[in-house]
Amino acid sequence: MRNMQPLTDTHRIVLESETDIQGWRDQARAMIQRGTEPGQLVWSVRNRAGMGELDFGEVTHQQARPANRPSSEIRIDRAFLQLINTALLHKNEDRFALAYRLLFRMQKTPKLYRNPADADVRKLQSYEKSVRRDIHKMHAFVRFRKVGTRGNREQFIAWFEPEHHIVEAVGPFFRNRFTGMDWIIASPDASIAWDGENLISGAGGCKQDFAQEDVIEEEWRSYYRNIFNPARLKTQAMKSEMPMKYWHNLPEAELIPSLVRQSGSQVQKMLDRETDISALTGQAVEEGHWTPDSLSELNKEMAVRTADYGDNFSVQAVLGEGRADCGIVVVGEQPGDQEDRRGRPFIGPAGELLDRALGDAAIDRKHLYLTNAVKRFKYVQHGKRRIHQTPSPADIKYYRWWLEQETKLIKPRIILALGATAVRALTGRSLSISRTRGAILPLAANRHLLVTVHPSYILRIPDAAGQDIEYDKLVRDLRKAAAFAATPDINGIMAEQWLKCLAFDL
Amino acid sequence: MSKLSRTQKLAILADAAKYDASCASSGSTKRNSRKTGGIGSTGGMGICHSYAPDGRCISLLKILLTNYCMFDCLYCVNRSSSNVRRAAFTVQDVVDLTLDFYKRNYIEGLFLSSGIIRSPDYTMEQLVEVARRLRKVHRFGGYIHLKTIPEADSELLKEAGRYADRLSINIELPDDKSIARLAPEKSGTLIRKTMAGLGKRIGEAKAERKTSRKAPVFSPGGHSTQMIIGADPSDDGKILTTSSGLYGRYGLKRVYYSAFSPIPDASGGLPLKSPPLLREHRLYQADWLLRFYGFSVADIMTGANHGHLDLTIDPKLAWALQNRDKFPVNVNLADKESLLRVPGLGTTGVGKILRARRFSALRLQDLERICQSVKKILPFVVATDWHPGKQLDSLNLYDRLKPPAEQLNLFAV
Ligand code: SF4
Repeated sequence: MRNMQPLTDTHRIVLESETDIQGWRDQARAMIQRGTEPGQLVWSVRNRAGMGELDFGEVTHQQARPANRPSSEIRIDRAFLQLINTALLHKNEDRFALAYRLLFRMQKTPKLYRNPADADVRKLQSYEKSVRRDIHKMHAFVRFRKVGTRGNREQFIAWFEPEHHIVEAVGPFFRNRFTGMDWIIASPDASIAWDGENLISGAGGCKQDFAQEDVIEEEWRSYYRNIFNPARLKTQAMKSEMPMKYWHNLPEAELIPSLVRQSGSQVQKMLDRETDISALTGQAVEEGHWTPDSLSELNKEMAVRTADYGDNFSVQAVLGEGRADCGIVVVGEQPGDQEDRRGRPFIGPAGELLDRALGDAAIDRKHLYLTNAVKRFKYVQHGKRRIHQTPSPADIKYYRWWLEQETKLIKPRIILALGATAVRALTGRSLSISRTRGAILPLAANRHLLVTVHPSYILRIPDAAGQDIEYDKLVRDLRKAAAFAATPDINGIMAEQWLKCLAFDL
Repeated sequence: MSKLSRTQKLAILADAAKYDASCASSGSTKRNSRKTGGIGSTGGMGICHSYAPDGRCISLLKILLTNYCMFDCLYCVNRSSSNVRRAAFTVQDVVDLTLDFYKRNYIEGLFLSSGIIRSPDYTMEQLVEVARRLRKVHRFGGYIHLKTIPEADSELLKEAGRYADRLSINIELPDDKSIARLAPEKSGTLIRKTMAGLGKRIGEAKAERKTSRKAPVFSPGGHSTQMIIGADPSDDGKILTTSSGLYGRYGLKRVYYSAFSPIPDASGGLPLKSPPLLREHRLYQADWLLRFYGFSVADIMTGANHGHLDLTIDPKLAWALQNRDKFPVNVNLADKESLLRVPGLGTTGVGKILRARRFSALRLQDLERICQSVKKILPFVVATDWHPGKQLDSLNLYDRLKPPAEQLNLFAV
């Protein structure tokens, strides 16, 4: 041991970036040598937004990062090092602390990392696995678009949204594969580029500013359409290997619904029994022959005509509210107890959480249209309390037509579905939230759907850390919807402009 | 006839290639373009760049050079008497298309096949020229799989092997009589002779590479073939016997099974029903047992009835139920061969058991950690604190072990 004093209070260690693995290693080594307990350290990353509550503790050891690292008595196995190097690219913010805790515990039990029954080991391994899968999918699903030439070198760019911080890590793979051309791969947080000599890491970009077409894409779609054998439809197998969250960056994915629909008659029979993917673009059942002229007319009729539906519903219909011209409609499940009493959507505990998330996403609630899939509070009476009941598929179906008319009149660019009931009401299908979450999916009439969780789901998560993670994701989804609604035509923007917003040139 | 655009040709020639089951881009040597400054790499493990709604992976640009064909194989859309639209790429078309797709990261490489035009030699020359230009002119390092024409000159096949990662010759039908009936211009004997020649060269080249790194490569990813299932009356026993012969005699890397799909403009002599996909699946499972589990065709067929594999349960379970006297197997004592026979235990699982039992005798709990689903293997194994008792003698074991009736649930996400 060097003559370093063990730390007594909690200390915050600030890493340079999300992928500052070397920094983590230097700091971890120094901390282990001081014998610092894992509980005394708070790991964070410079400029990481929104983590204010973790900012206590004096910032320490900025200078402690040694220029030439101390030769260390800490020896760790190569296999463990690999595990750490990969796992630290995970998006979860607890990864640095987790890896440190394990390293710390390994001072006593050197082979601990090999014990698959240990909770820390398992967690770190699950991080590693998830990162590896993400890397593999990135190798597969990056799609370059040609933007020009420089001398005799062709130039390509790609936009990709990985789950973890892997952009830098995939650089060598793409360099070795695409040595003979210039390219940039950008993501929201980081980008990587190759100019024939160097791999260059840079800042993140934004999809809107990214080239939207490449003539070859039409040929690629033509290939995709024709190589598929309609006599052997197996969409489930396809989806498990190519999850829907990747679809919006794959030029060929837009063909899938129609290919599935058109496949042979054998398959069609099976399809008829199942609600099929085309329901995503399908419409709700017609209700009579009446077409409302305005939102207020629709709502007035709705309050009257749906009054007799079902026994367990409250008398009051809670109407949607907000601005109908801002491009975003938020659809929840159904009004709750408080909403029903006051006749307004999203004002109970879930509504409060939504308000907070909107605030953090810098969205003004007044600029949204908020409504519910089912328009009345469904409950059972328990003494004085009214206990919330989840709407049944039949309830959802009953209100579908009204919801559809509502969105038709509002014509939003994007509809944000909060939770499974809303998704079902909007698409007629039960889609898995976890697999579709965060992707922008096409609906009919140039509308789009973004699936996220219902705030009440977050409230039900037992531990605070889990709540925080889900909350942050909700904020991210809200921002994404707002950004999408704010760019009416993402096709118009040229690649050069996008290149300008990066920190380097091709 | 008006001239077709490249996209139009692509539509026709991809459509014509979709009945070829092979899509693998793995198993070749590692390569990358850092030294050559070109485009393309292979990492040994293929990458699936997309998936089609038929659940199959898209890793290669799989096309025909042309779907004109002088031959008249009844099971084939491209046969001369078929009414489909025809198209032909030029050699340069295919080269450009491959590079264009590759540079956009759509594909791992090219799988090129062709109908037979002018003569088998002429056709083969064109295929080879595509591969040569990609490798020599464009320094292309991606994967190339060429389907060879058995009737072509052996010198051409030799050249093909220099540029391609893998070569294949489709046998298409499991027995020579079916070949004679359904593919009158082809000959089973000639196909096998060509395969033998390929197998020999691949073996020799491998051996030479071991002694000298400079020795020329020859189809480093080996060779493969395809058999169509359900176009002729051959039963599963016949098919597996043919496969096992092909693996043993010619050193094939893979035999692909392709359930015969109804094809547009089908010939009257062929069934027009949906492909027996489950049968295809069972054949792949049986094929796996042949290659990695030490089963013989006779073993596998003890679990079959009337020459066909049981469609309800997998062939390994079917075999075990017919050979209950070989069980239970003691996971702490049994040799590798016996462990590999346990239904539900894969090669990885067996490897883990062998490693783990060096540390301590295995208990049920250990098995739970090692196996994907311990429930499946329990009736067949003994561990320190587990014995299946009389389970194996129970008459309803079959019903208990067969998978629950599945609902057709194509779109559950
Ligand atoms: S030779 Fe090949 S392409 Fe021609 S008809 Fe026979 S199988 Fe089809």
